[in-house]
Amino acid sequence: MIDFLTIVLVGAGYFFFFATTVGILRLPDFYCRMHAAGKGDILASLLILSGLALYNLHHFSFAALLVSLKILLISVFIFLTSPTATHAIIDAGFESDVQPWSKSTEEED
Amino acid sequence: MEHFFIGLGVGMCLLMGLTLYRAIFGPTAIDRIMGVNVIGTKTTILLVVIGTIYGRVDMFVDIALAYAFLNFIATIAASRYFLHAKNLSPTGFGLWHRRGRWK
Repeated sequence: MIDFLTIVLVGAGYFFFFATTVGILRLPDFYCRMHAAGKGDILASLLILSGLALYNLHHFSFAALLVSLKILLISVFIFLTSPTATHAIIDAGFESDVQPWSKSTEEED
Repeated sequence: MEHFFIGLGVGMCLLMGLTLYRAIFGPTAIDRIMGVNVIGTKTTILLVVIGTIYGRVDMFVDIALAYAFLNFIATIAASRYFLHAKNLSPTGFGLWHRRGRWK
């Protein structure tokens, strides 16, 4: 049962990582790419780390419970810092006048 | 179950290689910072997966936590450095880039 739940969570997280990579490679604009990177990363990290923390409780003991809590602490840390980093990068791009993608810039090429 | 985690690690390495394209050829400097940030997050997850494969999660969790913290500091510092840079537009490598597209 724990194995099945782990496979479902980790598979879903891997799918969101794949979507993040496709978005980073394919989207036309810096802001669009940042959108894909900022969202998909956090959700995929939360899913994969919760799956791994669940799998770590396979042989239950107090030490295994502490290690699982530590893995969840990493996910909380990513949940706090990744939006901050995303906002800092977006701010750097916006303040130094990176032009957003539009129809007119597409037709010039 | 071990084979599943090994396959997951190899797949994550493939995705990191794909993201490395944006970190190398990305049209602007902040695109490269974004690629490095995403690779760092993937590395944090990959460290926990490696710990699960080896059966030593208690050791690798600390390394992953330190790596996440270093990744955050590096991204913040690099983006603050480029905050008011007026020449973010590239001159070299970008495959899509046309010179003079972003004035």
